[in-house]
Amino acid sequence: MSRLSLFMVSRLLKRMVLVAIAVEALNLSASAQNDPYVSGGAGFITSTKGGNTSYIPVIAPAFVAPIGDRLLVESRATILESFFPRGGNQSGYDHEHFADLSYLQADILASRYTTIVGGEFLTPFGTYNERLSPIWVSNFSEAPLIFSLGTMSTASSVGGMLRGSAASAEQFNITYTAFFSAASTNEQFSAQRATGGQVSVYFPKIQLEAGASYDRRLQDTHENFSGVHVWWEPAGSNLRLRSEYARGAHSLGYWIEADYRLAHFGGAESVIGRIEPVFRMQQTFRSAPDPSDGLPVANTTQPDFALDYRLPHEIRINTSYSREFSSSGNRNIWQTGVVYRFLIPAWRVR
Amino acid sequence: MKRFAVFLFLVVTTGSLVSLQGQASSSSSEDRKAVKTAPKQVNETTRGERVFQQNCSRCHSAPQGFPPQISASIARHMRVRASLSAADEKALLKFLNP
Repeated sequence: MSRLSLFMVSRLLKRMVLVAIAVEALNLSASAQNDPYVSGGAGFITSTKGGNTSYIPVIAPAFVAPIGDRLLVESRATILESFFPRGGNQSGYDHEHFADLSYLQADILASRYTTIVGGEFLTPFGTYNERLSPIWVSNFSEAPLIFSLGTMSTASSVGGMLRGSAASAEQFNITYTAFFSAASTNEQFSAQRATGGQVSVYFPKIQLEAGASYDRRLQDTHENFSGVHVWWEPAGSNLRLRSEYARGAHSLGYWIEADYRLAHFGGAESVIGRIEPVFRMQQTFRSAPDPSDGLPVANTTQPDFALDYRLPHEIRINTSYSREFSSSGNRNIWQTGVVYRFLIPAWRVR
Repeated sequence: MKRFAVFLFLVVTTGSLVSLQGQASSSSSEDRKAVKTAPKQVNETTRGERVFQQNCSRCHSAPQGFPPQISASIARHMRVRASLSAADEKALLKFLNP
């Protein structure tokens, strides 16, 4: 690891420790169940694209600390080292370091139905960024191709957000999010000036959720992004269906994912029941060149097949094969990963 | 618009096909199982369990266990992440640590 890498990691850790100390200093009225905790995932991922294999050890810890009755401070970092083959007919491997705070936010529980969020937070567009991006949650090692649409390359915003439940009943549940982000070029808190929001409705009886997202970039070339998502878990089944559609000014795309836990074969904890086949279909379409939207330069179709296995003790093995069809060239993508999920108290509150 | 229609068609068609399978099967996902073995015995009909299944386990599996002293922190975190109401947070906490 280079000196620069060590410097970045130490700076990141220092910031997290400072937050922890501040939280402890402020935590005067915590009850016995309010201890801060650290959760997240640690893993080792291999990725082979077009014959080139990269090896990526990664850890993504999240820190959560309630302060008093109405405040929550939370943060997540991602630290990884990527080892990849040297290009230009050179033998051996090179490596690259990455350390980043995904978010560092304070959540104020303003009322029964509203939370005010301030700081750096995950941009609430679609479902992948907020819900599925942790390495211990996602079924695939790589994000969908349309991930950068609406999340505007950084996937994080710096500013304020209102979110909460607009209505909660047995028949339906409506949630909302509205945010504003300032432009920031800080290395750890980079964001674009933008505003937007999301609304979704969930019907518990049929376990169906549908939602819509919209945001607008307010710097450089102003651009609108919009999207819809549909999630469905058929009642009485171990199947989950998730899908998203998003479009920007010069491109659009969708992904649809189905995963099925084989729990009917001896139960979820049996040898067979721990297997989870996953299929994801994704397509992107481009109407004009736009290097800023992050989508492939040519129209792309990519089916992904995964076979995940959930071992005891919060360990999961992910394997996947994808075939990328594009006018700029077809290629195979093989990925494997071992991910360990952890959840531990940070310290005991007095 | 045509592509959006294709996207919707794929969602609905795939969903319909699998729902036929789902109706014929008796279910218990890992999350439900994990919840049943979580901290203490719980009444499966509680509102807290419903909140857990409808909000938490739609995205991720339940942890295999955790110390009770962080249960309120987890419930509050889920309130923010899943946009729960205050009442749902209380119900979830009661379910996690009855």
